[in-house]
Amino acid sequence: MSMQTPLNKVRGLGSAKSGTEHWWLQRVTGIANLVLVVFFIFLIISLVGKGHGEVSATLGNPLVAIAMLALILSVTWHMCLGMQVIVEDYVQAEGWKIAILLANKFFCAAMAIAAIFAILNLSFGA
Amino acid sequence: MAGTGASDRRPLSPHLQVYKPMLSMMMSIIHRVTGAALYFGTFLLVWWLVAAAAGPEYFDFVNGLYGSWFGRIILFGYTWALLHHMIGGIRHFIWDTGRGFELETVEWMSKAAPVASVALTVAVWIIAYIVR
Repeated sequence: MSMQTPLNKVRGLGSAKSGTEHWWLQRVTGIANLVLVVFFIFLIISLVGKGHGEVSATLGNPLVAIAMLALILSVTWHMCLGMQVIVEDYVQAEGWKIAILLANKFFCAAMAIAAIFAILNLSFGA
Repeated sequence: MAGTGASDRRPLSPHLQVYKPMLSMMMSIIHRVTGAALYFGTFLLVWWLVAAAAGPEYFDFVNGLYGSWFGRIILFGYTWALLHHMIGGIRHFIWDTGRGFELETVEWMSKAAPVASVALTVAVWIIAYIVR
């Protein structure tokens, strides 16, 4: 019989070493994406056919830039979590799994950093 | 776990091939496929943002690619994948609240999702062409 209290058992999280954070963050970023992607679709519609001057001025607008930064953070986080699940489901060889999970993290980080740099660059001027 | 050894030859539980394809199952697969497509599609958004930051010349080059007939086909597919994944996500949020698990409801939502995503995609593109 275990001498641990139920609370301590939950905190220890067992052999999985993690709880529901992954599932929950997928939902949190999903809800954020829902709102931000609707904004993004309207933004893109308003920019169709526009030249560089108008596009960069719009993207450099503080409110648009903040919303775009939120979109990029939420989307790259969400897709990182999602791709992780796909890899864990289908890649069985342990070495490949670790390599692809690392590549997933690096790809998502690279996308986020490049986009954030571009948005800040358009906001603050080169 | 995997690697070499007896554990590699463990029997696997029955997978997709033993089940009769059902609409809700296809929608689940499509949700994952559109998610994976959007994963790589994010590169198109990031490339476009970087191009805008890089200057007029490079932006015109990327804009030209996206505006070509091939680019438009890709972006049309991107729009549909985004909207379909979004609608699929809303379905999951409904299920997360413990609602919508009745067979009729699942079947109804599975039928409504592709109709809604295609209709919304066409609507977005029509609006984009009108306001352009």
